[in-house]
Formats: sequence, structure tokens, C-alpha cells
Amino acid sequence: MATPEVRRLRLWQDRIQTEVEISGRGPPLVYLHGPWGLAPDRAFVASLAEANTVYAPKHPGTTRGDPEAVHALDTWFDLVVYYGELFDKLELSAPALVGHSFGALVAAEFAATAPKSVGRMVLIDPVGLWRDDLPVKNWMILSDKARRPSLFADPEGEAARRFFEVPSEGAERIDTLAQFIWAQACSGKFVWPIADRGFAKRAHRIAAPTLILWGKADGIIAPAYAQEFARRISGARVELIDQAGHLPHLEQPQTVMKTVRAFLGG
Amino acid sequence: MFHLMPYRDLPADFDQRYSSAYIDPVWFDVADPDKVGQYYNATLDEMLFAAKAGLHGLCTNQHHQNVYGFMANPSIMGAVLAKETNGQNVAIIQLGSTLPSTTPPTRIAEEYAMLDCISGGRLVAGFPTGLPTDATISNGVIPVEQRERYREALALVTKAWSAKEIFAWNGRHYQLGMVNLWPRPIQQPHPPIWIPGSGISSTAEYVVGQDHCFCHLSYYGAKNAEQVGDRYWELVARKGRDDNPYRFSFLQLIGVAETDAEAEDLYAAHAEYFFHKLLYTPQYYQAIPGCLEYGALVQALQNNPRAGINLRELKAKDFFARGFVVVGSPKTVREQLMDGIKRLRMGHLLALLHFGSMPTELCKRNIDLFAREVLPHLAPQWDDRYEDRWWPERLRTKRPAAMAAAS
Repeated sequence: MATPEVRRLRLWQDRIQTEVEISGRGPPLVYLHGPWGLAPDRAFVASLAEANTVYAPKHPGTTRGDPEAVHALDTWFDLVVYYGELFDKLELSAPALVGHSFGALVAAEFAATAPKSVGRMVLIDPVGLWRDDLPVKNWMILSDKARRPSLFADPEGEAARRFFEVPSEGAERIDTLAQFIWAQACSGKFVWPIADRGFAKRAHRIAAPTLILWGKADGIIAPAYAQEFARRISGARVELIDQAGHLPHLEQPQTVMKTVRAFLGG
Repeated sequence: MFHLMPYRDLPADFDQRYSSAYIDPVWFDVADPDKVGQYYNATLDEMLFAAKAGLHGLCTNQHHQNVYGFMANPSIMGAVLAKETNGQNVAIIQLGSTLPSTTPPTRIAEEYAMLDCISGGRLVAGFPTGLPTDATISNGVIPVEQRERYREALALVTKAWSAKEIFAWNGRHYQLGMVNLWPRPIQQPHPPIWIPGSGISSTAEYVVGQDHCFCHLSYYGAKNAEQVGDRYWELVARKGRDDNPYRFSFLQLIGVAETDAEAEDLYAAHAEYFFHKLLYTPQYYQAIPGCLEYGALVQALQNNPRAGINLRELKAKDFFARGFVVVGSPKTVREQLMDGIKRLRMGHLLALLHFGSMPTELCKRNIDLFAREVLPHLAPQWDDRYEDRWWPERLRTKRPAAMAAAS
């Protein structure tokens, strides 16, 4: 896996520093990570970079050295406008957007806000809708026992093991744990306590051809939500992934990559 | 006298059925509303008994969705106490309403002002940030915003209490076009402000910076709070504040009886009930991402003195031996408390004289013995050298007289 170029941007009247990891060659693609930060998704990002120039920004507050950046944005509206500024700074014109979970909601919301600014879009187990009969689990307050089977189809599998792996001691251990927790805090700011910021009212504005991927064993947000997203986004296509939970791109990377690649036309 | 107002009669298998005292226990599976009515009344009775017995203050607090203590609105309790203690030299210590959970926070400014008026200027205004579960789960506060909301709310409340003119508040979290509070507190510009914290972090920095009283609400006893105490006083010195002990309050579970053996026997079951059933909150509810600011999070990961203690594995004798609960004859309790008072430079001792499943008769006996045999020996510790600037002014001069009467 080639080392990505790390570009550190100063945005939002200089109040937010954001690292963007840039890798690969090809048409531009922005990857927006989920609630646990960019770190667990790097292998997936590297696969995307085989056919695209991938821009993977870190959510505000999760860039090393600037945890306070999370306080520079107050509202969901701020966050969406912030991403507009980020894309402008990167001089991206209608890139493809790929997002996971919380990041997928950000992608979808941006695509609804600025329909002409997004090329194609892939949403992997997005949050953002709510059904009373299928409550979405709050991933920030799960016990260790409940968390693994909620996130992974195979709680003891290799993907789960790697996701939860923490260095056994020292500063590296503290740093890994702190990043893992703080990333949830920073994303949780915009979706606590229920990840419904009214996206359903705006979903109809999305113009980008959209692929919705869902792990069939997602224990955070049930696969039935795939259809809830699809029926609100014109022309959206749904693919359910076998033997995958909330993180299908980690648990079934090849299947996910193949589907994404076919959709993006790479 | 500090009171949590817990559920006193949980099913024996409660700790097997639930892995948390907070959030998870389902009301209709566990609780009996008639009993709960009796608990509220018993709690008020016990606190009023404490006031008559000569304790200096009555301390209520706010918690939600749990069995551990559910004065969901402490102002309701405080109102009864303020009214019933009219004419007594006892402070009404609200420790208190949680600002970030209440919108707009001027509601709390009003309630506290009412309490100060009803009590004739005897209010101590406590402002906890609120436990993570209380604020973020029960009241939907965004974890990473809890502290900034708190600070803004406190600034708004203190301004609303004393502003001579109508003002507009255009804050980040609160916007009010015309603030002109009715009523205002008798104590101007504000009643004494006490702020609880569980360790020395940004909250303690803030408290010392503002010259308020810091309350270390630990349930692990003075013996286990030495590091926090030392760091607190270092912080006080670093910020250029004086070493007045009254700027530090500490909570302690206390059980007094005629002899050590009797005390251990009387309070064992209630101590185990408290630590096994009531206090039990799993890590995933205590450490909700965002409730600690980044620096405090890193600090907590580096050094969490209580990580690794499984309360349910300890027995009453361990809670006593480790000083979580100070139990014994009046002499034993006096000595142990005095050690803690001196070691931590404790100006206010928040005596938790009811804990766990303790029935009201035992609680009153505990209060009575504490008031007669223990308190008179502790109370004068700092009085000849320091003024308690964090106590209602109208009670300051009267306190020694009240203590003399009690002794």
C-alpha cells in the first residue's frame, strides 16, 4: 500500500485544520469515513485509489494536534457548508463521493444540498433516517459485549480483530484509544442522540447516480433501511452484502470493491 | 447532610438482572410508586431531622433514570426544606440542578432565586455539570457540548441574577431577547456557588479561576482522595488563590453507632447495597465519548485510579477497611474524619448519613449520633483562622452559636 500524500488544510476562518490523505491516480473521488475515524478504513481507501485519485479528509476534530476543531462547527448546516469549503479548497469539481455510516450521511446531505457538485455516489450502511419500528442503535454507548456483534457479522473474525486492535502498552496505546473515542465524540456531535437531522426532507434533491451498499448483518442500522434510502433517492440501486455487518468494506472488502468499481465505471 | 434519595428496596437479584443502576432498570419491573412516595417523604423527614439535630446544611441533587437517586428536580425538594426550616440556621444546599440539561437555564436561575427568597437568603447554589448519563442520555445533551453549554449557562444565570438592566443574551447555545429575572436572589450579586467535580480537570480549573467552592464528590473516601486533594491545592496555589479550606468540600459516607462492632454490623448490608446495586454503572455509560474533553480523556486513559476496581467483588469489610465508608463508634468516626479533614484541607464535609437500603429509623439514629458526638468536634477546625466565604452571609455569624447549642 503506497503511502498517501498528507495535505494539511486550514479552513473555516483558520479555526479548523484538516488532514486530507491523497492517493492514487484517476478521476477524483472523496471518501468520507465513519464514526471511528479514518484509521480503520485505510486499506479500503488504498483499494479505491487503484482506479481513482482518492481524497480522504479527516472529520473536524480528528486531525492530530487540533482536537478543538470540533468546537468550530455548531450545527449540521455548518458541517455541510464546511464540506463545500473543503471541496473548493481541493479544487474538486463534481467528484465521486463514497461514504460510510456517518460519513455516508454527510455525503448524501452534501449531494442533496449541492446536487450539481457531486458526480456519482456510494453510500455504505449510511445512517440518517429513522423508523420507530427499527430503532437505530446508538453506537457510542454499546457495551464491549454488544458492540462486536452489532458491528460485525463475524464478531471473532479477522476484520473485527483488526478493528479493535490496540497496541498493548505505552503512548501508542493511549493515542490509539484516545483517537478511537474522540473520533466518535466529534462525529457524534452532529447526530447525537438520534442520527436524524431531517435528511428525509431533502433527499429528493439528490441528482447523483447512487449506489447503496448494506451489510446484511448490520446490527447498528437494519438492512431494511437500504430501501428507505433507495425510495427517497431517485434511481438509487441497492446491493446487500452477505456475511457483513455495519462495516462491509472491512468485512467483505473484495465484494464491496468489485461492486463499487463496477458502479463507478473504473 | 447529603441525601441521594435512592430506591431502598430493590429486588435481591437486582444486580444479576441489570448490569447498570442507570438507564436500563425498567420502572415497571422494579419500582413501586407507593413506596417511592414514602421514600421522598422519608428523605425530607430525615433531612429536616438533621436540621433540627444541628447539621449546618441540607444537600439535594439531581439525577435521572436510575435507582441510585432520583430527585429529578432538586428544587422541589429544596422548596420543602427551605419552607420547613424557616427560622433555623441551616443552609439549603442545592448541589444541584444541572445547567446543561435545562433549556433555557434561566429556569434554574428563577428556581434558585425562589429558594433564596423562601429561605431568607440561606441558599447555596450548586451547579454540577451533570453525570454523563443524566445529561446526554436522559436529557439528550450532545456529549462534546456538555461543558461549553454548562459554562455559557452559568454565565447567563449569574448575570441574570444581578443585572440591573434588562439585557439580551445572544449566546452560542442560548438566545434570549429580554432577560429580566423575577425574582432575584436575596444574596447579591449571587448566592455562594459550589461546583462538584470528580477529579482535577478543566472543571476544577474553572472553579478555582472563578473563585467558587469545589466539591469533590467521590464515593471512595478521603483516604483515596489524597492525590486529588493535593492536585487541587496545587491548582489553587498556581492560580494565586488563598489556602482557605472552605473552598473545598468533600463527600463521605458515614455510619455511627455506639461501638465499632455495632456500627460494622448495622451498616454492612446498606454499604453493600449502595456499592453493589446503586452505584454500579458500567464503563460504557460512564465514559461516553465526548463527555471528557480531549485533554481530560488522554489524562483519564493514562491514569484512572478506579479502573480495575470491580465494586461487586468487594464486601462490606472491604468498603470499611478501604475507607469508602467511615463507620464506627463516635470516637473512631471522629478520628477518621479528622484525619481526612486535615489531610485534604476540607472546609465542608458533605456527610452522606443515609446510604443504600438504610431504613429511616437507622438513618435518624445515625444523624443523631453524628450531630451529638461527632460534629461538635469537627466543626471548629478552621473557624478561628478562616472565614467561610462560600457560606450564606446571614448564616456565617450564627453558625458558631448553633454549634455551641448542638454540642
